[in-house]
Amino acid sequence: MRLNRSKMALAVVGLVLSAGSLAACGNAGESKSGSVDVKVDKNAASNFDAGTRMKELADSGKITIGVKFDQPGIGFKGATDDAPAGLDPEMGKILAASLGIKPENITWKETISDNREPFLQKGEVDLVIASYSITDERRKVVGQAGPYYVTGQQLLVKKGSPIKSVADIKGKEVCSVTGSTSLDNVEAKGAKPRGFDTYSECRDQVADGSVDSMTTDGAILLGYAAEDPDNLQVVGKPFSEERYGIGYSKKYPEMCQWITDTVKKAEDDGTWAKAFEATLGKSGVKTPAPPKMDACA
Amino acid sequence: MDDVISNFDLVLQAFRLTIELFVVSGILSLIFGTALAAMRVGPVAVLARAAALYVALVRNTPLLIVFILATFGLPKLDVQLPFFVKGVIALTVYTSAFVCEAVRSGINSVPLGQAEAARATGLTFTQTMSNVVLPQALRAVVPPLTSTMIALAKNTSVGAVFGLFEATARMRYFSNNNASDRTLIFLTFALGYVIIVELISAAGLGLERRGRVATR
Repeated sequence: MRLNRSKMALAVVGLVLSAGSLAACGNAGESKSGSVDVKVDKNAASNFDAGTRMKELADSGKITIGVKFDQPGIGFKGATDDAPAGLDPEMGKILAASLGIKPENITWKETISDNREPFLQKGEVDLVIASYSITDERRKVVGQAGPYYVTGQQLLVKKGSPIKSVADIKGKEVCSVTGSTSLDNVEAKGAKPRGFDTYSECRDQVADGSVDSMTTDGAILLGYAAEDPDNLQVVGKPFSEERYGIGYSKKYPEMCQWITDTVKKAEDDGTWAKAFEATLGKSGVKTPAPPKMDACA
Repeated sequence: MDDVISNFDLVLQAFRLTIELFVVSGILSLIFGTALAAMRVGPVAVLARAAALYVALVRNTPLLIVFILATFGLPKLDVQLPFFVKGVIALTVYTSAFVCEAVRSGINSVPLGQAEAARATGLTFTQTMSNVVLPQALRAVVPPLTSTMIALAKNTSVGAVFGLFEATARMRYFSNNNASDRTLIFLTFALGYVIIVELISAAGLGLERRGRVATR
């Protein structure tokens, strides 16, 4: 009897575990973002003055960049992928190329919203390109160059949903990540807020009709719509403004001008547009005009 | 912290949802758990096995997974329910297993002679349970049930990441907006939970005192 019981317990544990892992599989997104070949400047090191951080990085031939791993189109790395894909990693490759660093010599480090400033301050990463909105509060502790992309909070709905814009969300269930500013904004507009742990869980809730809409930065929503264009779409005009910037340590203020110049060059020669088309552009949205960059202080 | 004080109605609203979740799933799991315990000790082998299997299955499953199954699994089976109901289902399914075991321990604490005497006087199994064994058993289960209910009150916080805007979700809302006041905000919400738990344990103590006369 004892043996039977423990066998049964084992079987039950197995059942539960497989049910759990099934659920987890269902939540995992898949990366379908493409990637653009960027020309690597072979004599890059000679372009920078001695003593600058750029010269140091170019000489070492290595760079560490912090990106998001869970936002399709922006920065996403599936469990089996070697490198993250999305607009943010593309920007990272463009910057690294100007230092003569090949994409395979870039170390990608996952950053989440809470650790971006500490990572830059402690030097764990050289750059943060992680849907990193420029704010005055953040510019007090780290440097932020850009913006290289401007987005705003929008709504993701199932195709055919009666929600056409933010005016329609009153009394509707809208999900986002628990504790995020996006969720507060829709609550203030009369929606019933539904908080989840991750963006992909929230996306699943929209896909199976449990909630009416999902909200966060439009760029992230476009990534999800691009993954499942038959089912999901982004509606309405942005109702907030997020200016994505590239974070660097305040120890090296000279990096600001280099980032601004390199991004400007990529915008002018069409590399930026190509990077956008290969990533966020897949959702069918037109490539916008590149935003005007802030001047370096 | 000013933000929390000037928006204190949001704090109260959130704790109201916490209490609603606790009361509804608490009552349901007491009913369901007691029924399970009766099945486990009852004479029908199939029911006893089924209840034992339920306890083994659910008690070995983390609450988070029960919530995932209720929130993400049910819609996949085309079962669409409000988030509050899904939360109550997850909490009830989970807590019932613990209530069942607490009640079963109480039933086992009633000497076998009591049940034998009841059967000897011609009472049926149902009558034996409801008139003789359970009234004595329920007295013995008040302390462990109080602990189970306290755990349930705190377990409602798992709902914060399953679409329920209860106290813990509201705490994260405030600490996201006021990064400098995180400790104070945390302590304010922790105090709210302490008050709820103290009320439950006071109720438990009251029930114990009322039952004491009969046993001593």
